[in-house]
Amino acid sequence: MYTQSFSVPDGSDDAKSVGLKTVSINLSAQEIALQAQFDARIDADGRIEPREWMPEAYRKTLVRQISQHAHSEIVGMLPEGNWISRAPSLKRKAILIAKVQDEGGHGLYLYSAAETLGTSRDQLLGALHSGKAKYSSIFNYPTLNWADVGVIGWLVDGAAIMNQIPLCRCSYGPYARAMVRVCKEESFHQRQGYEALLVMMQGNQAQKDMVQDAVNRWWWKCLAMFGPPDDKSPNSAQGMRWGIKRISNDDLRQKFIDATVPQANVLGISLPDPELKWNEARGHYDHGQIDWDEFWSTVNGNGPCNKERLGARVKAWNDGAWVREAALAHATKQQQRQLKEAA
Amino acid sequence: MNAPALKEWPLWEVFVRSKQGLEHKHCGSLHASDAQHALQMARDVYTRRQEGVSIWVVPSSAIAASEPNDKAEFFEPASDKIYRHPTFYDIPEEVGHM
Repeated sequence: MYTQSFSVPDGSDDAKSVGLKTVSINLSAQEIALQAQFDARIDADGRIEPREWMPEAYRKTLVRQISQHAHSEIVGMLPEGNWISRAPSLKRKAILIAKVQDEGGHGLYLYSAAETLGTSRDQLLGALHSGKAKYSSIFNYPTLNWADVGVIGWLVDGAAIMNQIPLCRCSYGPYARAMVRVCKEESFHQRQGYEALLVMMQGNQAQKDMVQDAVNRWWWKCLAMFGPPDDKSPNSAQGMRWGIKRISNDDLRQKFIDATVPQANVLGISLPDPELKWNEARGHYDHGQIDWDEFWSTVNGNGPCNKERLGARVKAWNDGAWVREAALAHATKQQQRQLKEAA
Repeated sequence: MNAPALKEWPLWEVFVRSKQGLEHKHCGSLHASDAQHALQMARDVYTRRQEGVSIWVVPSSAIAASEPNDKAEFFEPASDKIYRHPTFYDIPEEVGHM
């Protein structure tokens, strides 16, 4: 689940990246040659692998984007995990457990990919827990009832799939490979959510109303998941140049809307946008304005669940400390024993 | 002889055989305290949908790798030996498939 081409600046990143730019003006002859080699590989749509030379800014951008992506998977377990013990049937409970476990798995693939860039797992998690690193804002909204679980699968995971499919062709090998694995599993997430809603829509009026209410609350937030409009997304061009990003925020958003409207019709609900209508000339649906002030306010920590989500992660991390320490003590003992045997 | 103190669980590389008769293929890495722990984690992280019938885990530190920067020199000798490929040889058409 997750998304985003959305690579928003983390807490104190800006100052450092300004520093990087000034350094890169004074490249040595060797660095210029390496940079040329790197550019040629990117231009030929080649892939970059972990221990190869890459510009520091490319490395930094990837660490930021992959770790934000990983954090989003992990924090994304919380809104749905909330409903595991309240699922309406054993079948739905088993499905939801499997889905939430997948999200945890996705987080682990992505942390591994980020670590190949020379950042440790502890550093990555430290940045999340201190509030310095961002994660997808969509998870800072509450899941109020069972219909929310279905809508998250259908719309939030649907938006994530739109975003993640182009990332399978990302220029950084480990990230692209992790995305291939994630995309294979994500399809189950979207289908189970949509199917859960189809079942609710065959229920009584109150159940149908729950679905419509959940769609009303999540629709605009899902559209915002694709990130700021292209003309307000200054990092997009660089991401495209580096082959990290393949399709612009607005184009992905449009693809998502065009794919979702017919699904909403089959489901029998309306999407909460009076301006949403087919534009024959463009061959796409037109849509209304997204509330970017709300988006940025949530990114900056003021969404309804920011504190709760981060608090839950920090508590889980602290409560698990003794397990990590015990296993680490065991690992150290194993290591010493092996060294003794080797000596 | 003392190894540097561990700060995190050691890193392991995971290789999965997707079905009997195929080779183990690298599929990612994970942190675990020992080999048995790594195998259990690998099962949960990389084979939740019967993607494998066998798993290898190898401490990442035990892998020796060729230097990416030496790629040109290291692999270069093979590139000018095109006579190692079947397409180097012209065979008369009437011979048919060979």
